[in-house]
Amino acid sequence: MCFSRARLAALPLVFGFAFVSLFAGAAYAGPYEDALAGFTQGSLSDTGDAIQKVVASGNPLAEQVLSALQDGRLMYSAEQKAVYIQTKNGKLLYASTGKPFTGKPPDDIDNVIVNNRLRNLISADLGTLMLMSADPDHRINAAQAVFRSRDLGALPNLEKALAKETDPRVKTALEQARAALILSMPGATQAQKLAAIATVRDRYDLDALALLADIPSRETPPVARAATDAIQAIKTRLAEWDAVQNAWYGISLGSVLMLAAIGLAITFGVMGVINMAHGEMVMLGAYVTFAVQEAIRGYDPALFDYSLVIAIPLAFLFSGFVGILIERSIIRFLYGRPLETLLATWGLSLVLQQAVRTIFGPDNRDVGNPSFMSGAFNLGGITVTYNRFWIVCFALVVFVALIGILRFTRLGLEMRAVTQNRPMAASMGIRTSRIDALTFGLGSGIAGIAGVALSQIDNVSPNLGQSYIIDSFMVVVFGGVGNLWGTFVGSFVLGVANKFLEPYAGAVLGKITILVLIILFIQKRPRGLFALKGRAVEA
Amino acid sequence: MSSISTKTFRLTRRRWLKGAGGLALGLMAPIRAFAEDTIKVGILHSLSGTMAISETTLKDVMLMLIAEQNEKGGLLGKKLEPVVVDPASNWPLFAEKARELISKDHVAAVFGCWTSVSRKSVLPVFKELNNILFYPVQFEGEESERNVFYTGAAPNQQAIPAVDYLMSPDGGSVKRWVLEGTDYVYPRTTNKILQAYLKLKGVADEDVMINYTPFSFSDWQTEVSRIKAFGSAGKKTAVVSTINGDANVPFYKELGNQGIKATDIPVVAFSVGEEELAGLDTKPLVGHLAAWNYFESIKTPENEAFIKAWHAFTKNPKRVTNDPMEAHYIGFNMWVKAVTKAGTTDPDKVIATLPGIKQANLTGGISTMLPNHYITKPVYIGEIRADGQFDVVWKTKRLVPGDAWSPYLPGSKDLVADWVTLNCGNYNKITKKCGGA
Repeated sequence: MCFSRARLAALPLVFGFAFVSLFAGAAYAGPYEDALAGFTQGSLSDTGDAIQKVVASGNPLAEQVLSALQDGRLMYSAEQKAVYIQTKNGKLLYASTGKPFTGKPPDDIDNVIVNNRLRNLISADLGTLMLMSADPDHRINAAQAVFRSRDLGALPNLEKALAKETDPRVKTALEQARAALILSMPGATQAQKLAAIATVRDRYDLDALALLADIPSRETPPVARAATDAIQAIKTRLAEWDAVQNAWYGISLGSVLMLAAIGLAITFGVMGVINMAHGEMVMLGAYVTFAVQEAIRGYDPALFDYSLVIAIPLAFLFSGFVGILIERSIIRFLYGRPLETLLATWGLSLVLQQAVRTIFGPDNRDVGNPSFMSGAFNLGGITVTYNRFWIVCFALVVFVALIGILRFTRLGLEMRAVTQNRPMAASMGIRTSRIDALTFGLGSGIAGIAGVALSQIDNVSPNLGQSYIIDSFMVVVFGGVGNLWGTFVGSFVLGVANKFLEPYAGAVLGKITILVLIILFIQKRPRGLFALKGRAVEA
Repeated sequence: MSSISTKTFRLTRRRWLKGAGGLALGLMAPIRAFAEDTIKVGILHSLSGTMAISETTLKDVMLMLIAEQNEKGGLLGKKLEPVVVDPASNWPLFAEKARELISKDHVAAVFGCWTSVSRKSVLPVFKELNNILFYPVQFEGEESERNVFYTGAAPNQQAIPAVDYLMSPDGGSVKRWVLEGTDYVYPRTTNKILQAYLKLKGVADEDVMINYTPFSFSDWQTEVSRIKAFGSAGKKTAVVSTINGDANVPFYKELGNQGIKATDIPVVAFSVGEEELAGLDTKPLVGHLAAWNYFESIKTPENEAFIKAWHAFTKNPKRVTNDPMEAHYIGFNMWVKAVTKAGTTDPDKVIATLPGIKQANLTGGISTMLPNHYITKPVYIGEIRADGQFDVVWKTKRLVPGDAWSPYLPGSKDLVADWVTLNCGNYNKITKKCGGA
């Protein structure tokens, strides 16, 4: 059913296409072919003229040429004086006829260069051309393009599209686009303008604000007043959403802090080891993600969207393994000597950094975002980016899993027993040294998982870990050493506080303010938010 | 039993150390062996720490240039010998390593430094021991020293032309400006100059927003949404970015994710080149701009030969080239020409010979060393392509001479630097005295 309808819609298009190309073939070197020659000059102003002429020619290939130009797929050869469209799968078509190109491409073939001015021109023209597209999403994009460009030439097409439109979403977008045109049209009546202002206001977003901004200064008093009121209404609404947006940013920052710190909450908080190489465990996890993606690119690119799912267990195992290795070879000789531990792990962090730098090189590695982590969605008046959204979810899952391990598994029970009273646990038959190694491994493994998440928002470079180590210690100390819930609450409190300070104080001053506040807080409550009570304090 | 085992363990460890030490000595021996009949060239770039990401490449390009020169028969009949040290992104260590290069290794000239703070840290050493430093990175200017030659861009060779382009109809006739930078000396000075320049061009104060973030800043959500809000006041808005190093990748990722396209709010960056984009999915960034004096995508025979040599030298056909590499290329060749002309590597003679030396750059022009120790450079504006390279959309008609002192800052507009006739780096035109404002 759906299939046949799509076909039906395509039919007139195909007919029209065949019809016009027949004519174009007969009338050799018509306006369209002349216009194409402008693309072979290699100059931006000629390209700009050519775009306008191509659109004016009304040739059905115009849409294909413009979208190729927009994506950098329009090729030209100055020697052959020919223009080609490169299809999305890399084949060449003659731009003049739309027929496939056969034979060897010319040596001097190159992309037609566009700049931002031309890109704006193209998207406005494409918008006009695409208003009649069969796909509702294309029509919405086209309407948005007209809304932005305010190209008065699009009005007749817009009216036509509006008369035919049935989809309510597209209809709203088209009406808003028409309102935008009316507001910049010299001949519009006052009633039309007032209605347009009301339509635009209902978007309640920054684009609407941008459109209305200069109206009060250039319009008649009633229109100007309406615009001023609309601007005020939008601003009020945006300010309300702004608070929500800041809270979301804070939660998002908090989730990153928690991911980075929760591994440390185990090694430092539960075991009492000052592990300066904790950040490097995060970094190793990020590099595991990179290695997994490289392998997928080499063997089966179709799996790319699953790369993170594959990387999570591997990163956990690898970082955990390195953690156990460090515990067995260095840290176990240093229990109860915090200064030596600090120095040894600090040195170790430098060794790990330089090792990674030697193996992978000092520059950033390209870790791609899977498709489900790219882009953003709108939730009411705020924009939520997918990568942040999934990281928040992931952080919560990791936290719950960790609590579960500590509370409900045998390992967790033994861990708690050893940290609360080591000699007693040992005399009950728990192999404390094994538990030490496993606890350290668990903390490091969790750090590795954090690395997978952080690879999506930060640089994958040997310095990745360094930027998180201070924040991690800050969170653990603030939340209360030895308490996972403290880390949880601490990271979100710090995240939200930071993000509410940032718009007023700026990023640099905001961070300093947070540090000062923490110092004051620690003076008052040296054991952090959630202090351990009772005998456990002595351990 | 246990004591014996410890003993053997100790012994083996000592033996191992001895072996390792011997190995290290053995490796160093051949370098020292022919120390007498070579000209030594110091390379002072961080190979570890934060700046290794940018500076390692410059060390490699210097090694390549020196190897090429040796194939051509060396210099003054002698082979050139590179001496590489690692200042580890540690500013005081830069000064120590510079001292080591000059007084222990007796290098004829040093090529190095990236950040301005590292350059400032080595300045006294070069003055005291009278040697030559070639500095290859775009920077804030406001300095001219007898012992330093600045082959990177001054603000008038990068920032000012970029702003001019954005103000032009082709750049989008930008009316509102966000100056976004990392919090240290280069962005702060550049933004001060830009602010003065924009004011001169009639931009109102409320149309300029200045914002700084710390090094390695990674949570750009708030900043980007502020830029978005600032850009929706009905006037065309652009961001001038002096964000440095690591912070760029998350910044551009956030821009892409929040859907800010270059056609809405273009970002022109002064510290983002091919190398920085290599770790990034550039498809959402198409159309954002960078201002440099060199782009890898510029097609000239010199550039093609350079890229080919670079790929062969690094044995990696994907390694990109960038602007500071070209600066080292120009600087090194100027030094070679000056030494050949002077017939000696004696720093005083070479410093006196260098101004006026001409060298073809990689983009088809001839750069000249100026009396203020800056060079003439073409300025290109490039737009990011989907493949991480740049399309040149604008360039200056002729090469632009570097200004040591910005004419837009009250403290420096009366100063000139001229080491040929005035023998002074900060001559005051008003008081007619050498020694600053």
